[in-house]
Amino acid sequence: MIQFDTVFKRYPGGYDALKNISFHVADEEMVFLTGHSGAGKSTLLKLLTLIERPTRGQLIVNNKNLIRLPGWRVPYLRREIGVVFQDHRLLNDRTVFDNVALPLVVTGLHRRDIGRRVRAALDKVGLLSKENLMPIVLSGGEQQRVGIARAVVNKPNLLLADEPTGNLDEALSDEIIDLFHEFNQHGVTVLVATHDLRHIQRLRKRVLQLQNGELIFDSGVRS
Amino acid sequence: MNYLLRHLQVFFYTLGQLVRTPFASLMTISVIGITLALPATLYLLVDNIQRVTAGWDGEAQISLFLKKNVAASGARFLQQRLQRMPEVKHVEWIPPEKGLAELRKVSGFSGALKVLDENPLPGVLVVVPKKSYATPDGLKPLLQRLGKFSEVDLAKIDLEWVQRLQAMLQIVRRGVLVLAGLLALAVVLIIGNTIRLAILNRRDEIEITKLIGATNAFVRRPFLYSGFLQGLLGAVMAWLLVTGILVLLDGPIQELTSLYGSRFRVQGLNLATSGLLLLGGGVLGWLGSRLSVGRHLRNIEPQ
Repeated sequence: MIQFDTVFKRYPGGYDALKNISFHVADEEMVFLTGHSGAGKSTLLKLLTLIERPTRGQLIVNNKNLIRLPGWRVPYLRREIGVVFQDHRLLNDRTVFDNVALPLVVTGLHRRDIGRRVRAALDKVGLLSKENLMPIVLSGGEQQRVGIARAVVNKPNLLLADEPTGNLDEALSDEIIDLFHEFNQHGVTVLVATHDLRHIQRLRKRVLQLQNGELIFDSGVRS
Repeated sequence: MNYLLRHLQVFFYTLGQLVRTPFASLMTISVIGITLALPATLYLLVDNIQRVTAGWDGEAQISLFLKKNVAASGARFLQQRLQRMPEVKHVEWIPPEKGLAELRKVSGFSGALKVLDENPLPGVLVVVPKKSYATPDGLKPLLQRLGKFSEVDLAKIDLEWVQRLQAMLQIVRRGVLVLAGLLALAVVLIIGNTIRLAILNRRDEIEITKLIGATNAFVRRPFLYSGFLQGLLGAVMAWLLVTGILVLLDGPIQELTSLYGSRFRVQGLNLATSGLLLLGGGVLGWLGSRLSVGRHLRNIEPQ
């Protein structure tokens, strides 16, 4: 699903965010990406959705060579990947329903199907009753679950999350991570960037650790 | 079909957004309306003046002032010769006595004219050319030929001032064209700026939609519709303004023209010019939006 091969990322100004990264994530795997802030976790996720382009190396996602992907193809790549952000990135002037519907509207799906699929996604995250509320009136955990519903409404086979539990207390974080686990068990490849080692110990999934832009530890697949 | 439906959705979504911020929308639309109303009104002004004077143009006539020593019989003979010319419709002979009598009647100088010992007026032949020659280009050679007759002292087109007015209108018309061009540019810039602000206002939204896989065309579409709609509604506003101005002016103008015994009626924007105005507004709005979107959307990429 994901294949990094000696990938380097140097930002303008000479800062090396990622150095010589190579790893492989198989289909339907769940991986935690960990490391201190500034270790390169966010940059690595940005390369996967081509928010940033790698400086060197090979990067293949979902059988697509991202190095050679032309700019106009980038939106179509992003439609195949669900992304969850630490700060949710919801549109606060639209209802929960409209927020979750956005990825479907972008693809031009028919209105009837949009309603059905948005409700299915909201049902999975347990927010079906709040579809007509504005995100601003929801709690932090609920807002994050709206973000997750939006990420999965397209039924992507790759789900990325950047510090999805960053602002949540332990119980809520566990709920969120369990949600990702659930999607993983339904066959979605999941990559979660987090510095919260508790989840890693709790779920015993594969761990990749970054430090100063280098991959210093790969636990390998754990059952 | 689905594509068309999506465009319709964006159209109504954009319309809804304009309605949701009524004050800001009305401000922009009014500015565009006033900007477009100015050249439209000037155009109507020139057009109407041209229509008023167009009627007089066809009746252009040439007055031949005869030399003092030409006798009445000589004048009659010349009248018959002129009558046979292919360019001439008919020729009228006004002897000096008749001219004097007419002058007494209209000028109110009858007292002063009595003082004169002899009639100072020459005999006049009034030549009315055929319609096909009654154009500025056709009249000039005719005037020259008529002036060369030995009996003729001076040949003069009576309605020269109409031509001068036409020439002036030509200048004004060109001025209106230049002004319209400048104001069209103003509309493009106004809309471009409005759209720029809208883009900056919705920066987060644009970033997020791009993050979840929106194409540039998708992001661009509502802004293009917004520009088009604001231009179109601005043109509607301009139409209403121009029509309002005409309603206000119609009474006084009719009073004025009735004093001249004319039944002239001011003509407003007809179907073609109205259509052109609306289309122009929409196209200018789209263009302004397109320029702004092209410049500013490129800079907004997800971080």
